[in-house]
Amino acid sequence: MDKKLGVKSVTKFLSNNAIIILIFLLAVFTASWTWWTRGQNTFLTFGNFSNLVVNMSPRFIIACGVSGCLITKGTDLSAGRQVGLAACLAAMLLQQLDYSARMLPWLPDIPWGVAMLIVMAIMALFGAVNGCVVAFLKVPPFIATLGMQTIVYGLCSIITGNQPMGGYKDTYRGVASGRLRDFAIGDMKPFDPIPGVREIPYLAIFAVIVGIFFWFLYNKTRHGKYMYAIGGNESAAQVAGVNVAATLIRIYILAAVMYGLGGFLVGAKAGGASTATGFGYELEAIAACTIGGVSTNGGVGKVSGILVGVLVFEALKICLQFLGVDPAYTFVAQGLVIIIAVALDLRKYLAKK
Amino acid sequence: MSDYRLEMRGVVKTFPGVKALDHAQLKLRPGTVHALMGENGAGKSTLMKCMFGIYHMDEGEMFYEGEPVKINGPLDALNKGIAMVHQELQPIPERSIGENIYVGRYPVKRFGPVVTIDHEKMYEDAAKVLEEVHLDFNPRAKLGSLSVSQMQLVEIAKAVSADCKVLILDEPTSSLTAREVEALFTIVNELRGKGVSIVYISHKMDEILRISDEVTIMRDGQYIGTWEAKSLTTDFIITKMVGRELSNLYPQRQNVPGEVVFEVEDFTSINPKSFRHVSFNVRKGEILGVAGLVGAQRTELMEGLFGLRCHDTGKITYKGEELKINQPKQAIDNGIAMLTEDRRATGILGVLSIADNVSIASLKQYLIGGIMLDDKKIEQLVQDNVAKLSIKTPSSKTLIQSLSGGNQQKVLISRWLANDPEVFILDEPTRGIDVGAKYEIYCIIAELARQGKSVIMISSEMGELIGMSDRVMVMCDGRVTGFIDGKEANQENIMALATQFE
Repeated sequence: MDKKLGVKSVTKFLSNNAIIILIFLLAVFTASWTWWTRGQNTFLTFGNFSNLVVNMSPRFIIACGVSGCLITKGTDLSAGRQVGLAACLAAMLLQQLDYSARMLPWLPDIPWGVAMLIVMAIMALFGAVNGCVVAFLKVPPFIATLGMQTIVYGLCSIITGNQPMGGYKDTYRGVASGRLRDFAIGDMKPFDPIPGVREIPYLAIFAVIVGIFFWFLYNKTRHGKYMYAIGGNESAAQVAGVNVAATLIRIYILAAVMYGLGGFLVGAKAGGASTATGFGYELEAIAACTIGGVSTNGGVGKVSGILVGVLVFEALKICLQFLGVDPAYTFVAQGLVIIIAVALDLRKYLAKK
Repeated sequence: MSDYRLEMRGVVKTFPGVKALDHAQLKLRPGTVHALMGENGAGKSTLMKCMFGIYHMDEGEMFYEGEPVKINGPLDALNKGIAMVHQELQPIPERSIGENIYVGRYPVKRFGPVVTIDHEKMYEDAAKVLEEVHLDFNPRAKLGSLSVSQMQLVEIAKAVSADCKVLILDEPTSSLTAREVEALFTIVNELRGKGVSIVYISHKMDEILRISDEVTIMRDGQYIGTWEAKSLTTDFIITKMVGRELSNLYPQRQNVPGEVVFEVEDFTSINPKSFRHVSFNVRKGEILGVAGLVGAQRTELMEGLFGLRCHDTGKITYKGEELKINQPKQAIDNGIAMLTEDRRATGILGVLSIADNVSIASLKQYLIGGIMLDDKKIEQLVQDNVAKLSIKTPSSKTLIQSLSGGNQQKVLISRWLANDPEVFILDEPTRGIDVGAKYEIYCIIAELARQGKSVIMISSEMGELIGMSDRVMVMCDGRVTGFIDGKEANQENIMALATQFE
């Protein structure tokens, strides 16, 4: 009896974590393959790991944003375009004062922190619109945010005049390229002497702060409980006195604020922004959430899972890149991973008849 | 050749947390009406869904005309000559009556490789079928243009059109008027004459004794026995169904109704077909039963009072103070709690834990510094309620959907107790709950009343209404048609008021 249960639970574990296990095996394979063919370990290096973390950070932040929409059985297709708009806004605010093609020549010097908050505040407005349309007009989130996606793209084209932007201030670029060893208070560099810690990228710190914030929000606050309740059963949540509309609006605003932050960081990392920035990010974020166990049936999803989902997705990209797979094929692989992940996820919840 | 048209033996069906069928059986003779009886949750519908192929049985055998068969799904069942009229209708109201009758098996025309639906033939056939069951509807009319009871008759026509050998009628009369019931019985008799075996599920004793040839009784998913209908009495059936003497069904109540606290005046829905000009009051410590047929708008009324539905006019007062209720939150803040009729659809948060389900309506009370939830206090609340209401669960982290119906209901009651409301609206509080747990729910309701809470209890089970209410309010077609004192209430005087159509 015990043995039988053991086999059963092992197969259950395998099928519940199939994607994660596959990617892990792929990583192991990539590591051995590159080592063998190139004669040295080029995959499992600090540089590569650091690269992975830097790539993951903004995507994790964006995925955290969209997770609330998914947990309440919604979605946010405007995420990627909002990221793009945020990157463009940040670019306009943080170009060098003496840069010849400055978009807003009249603008005074703005510290990057202030610019970041301005971008997040502006994006919050788009989230509020999304939230109101979903909560009050009852437009299905898929459609509401599809419309918003197009609107945001249009606005982004209008304000940038379809011109790519560059010429960022060093302090803005430093947000993405910086590591803790660069952190200075006056002449003091408190983290520089500590080995290991000194190499932590700033981007990772942003991601950690966002992760902790979302963990707290989802597990320790009323908003979090209401969100899970709405996702689990919206009518029942309403009967239990949950203010469904207010909760949904908060979720969409918070999501947009995270796209604002994500876009700000993506722009800093790329060193430039255009209307094409952020293209397809919404699908990557939704895919990462789903791989990480955020159920498309609503009511289920953990921050740790989202982190794993983003890790899996980025690890897949890096592995395929190291194996020398044509980028075109990489898209095919990513698409397959998304479909398989959702299919496996649904299997867990399908009612057995 | 077997004596039986269809036989089911040793059927076992388990759902998460509940053994719905435990070696159930059924033997159908050709050309008979076989009544299947049992309390709600006894497994009648589940057994029929196994026969019709909606559920797959975990264990058990099925024989059709003496041959072992396996039904792979409803379409397979229909092809084999088994048809079913469901308790809950599954209509497509936006499509025509004809299409609803032939959905899934449309007559087709073939033009080489191209297959199209033969609408002419479909509507002609539909007209014939409707005529056969004495229904005067245009098959091209939208199904949605009919009333609920008319749709039910169309559903029966659909079953007849399948030219079935076995017809399952699951509570077919629950929403029919007396005249429609007579029409149905005529159809049933005609079908019996043609040799069709009919399984008839109903709670109404008089119907059963009148129409059926044989009666099989089930209890808690088990087969109790099969008897000839002629030899049966109502008392005998009830005793077999319940498995104990009637007198122990309801707890001794010690509540003393006090002064009037909750008053509703001239409450009218924005929907002209729904509740209108409803006035009633409830006393402190009183259990007010609400009786009525399906369609009497009892649920709609209560949902209106709780702010789930809009009302046009009307005044709600609690202890003389007028309450403004336009959404559930306002009702809750004013000390009203409501257990909704459909526990799965509007009660439980299925994928969430017991702890979340218990605390969701009262989270405000467990905040530290206005922001952070105090998990320890919440756990304490859950443990208190688990102990107080004897909720059977492995832990507070267990998902509510894995509990049995009775325990789910207790969790939902705990949810409201955490808010300490004064008025409890209970809509079918024991629906889909097994007999043992029912008694526990009755005890909880009696205790609430003893503590001085006002309880409004909708129920479609006569016994429950008569056994638990201090007063019974009867509704018919959206209106209150009368009040009966709990001690004088009986099936006859309740039914008289419940059928007082305008």
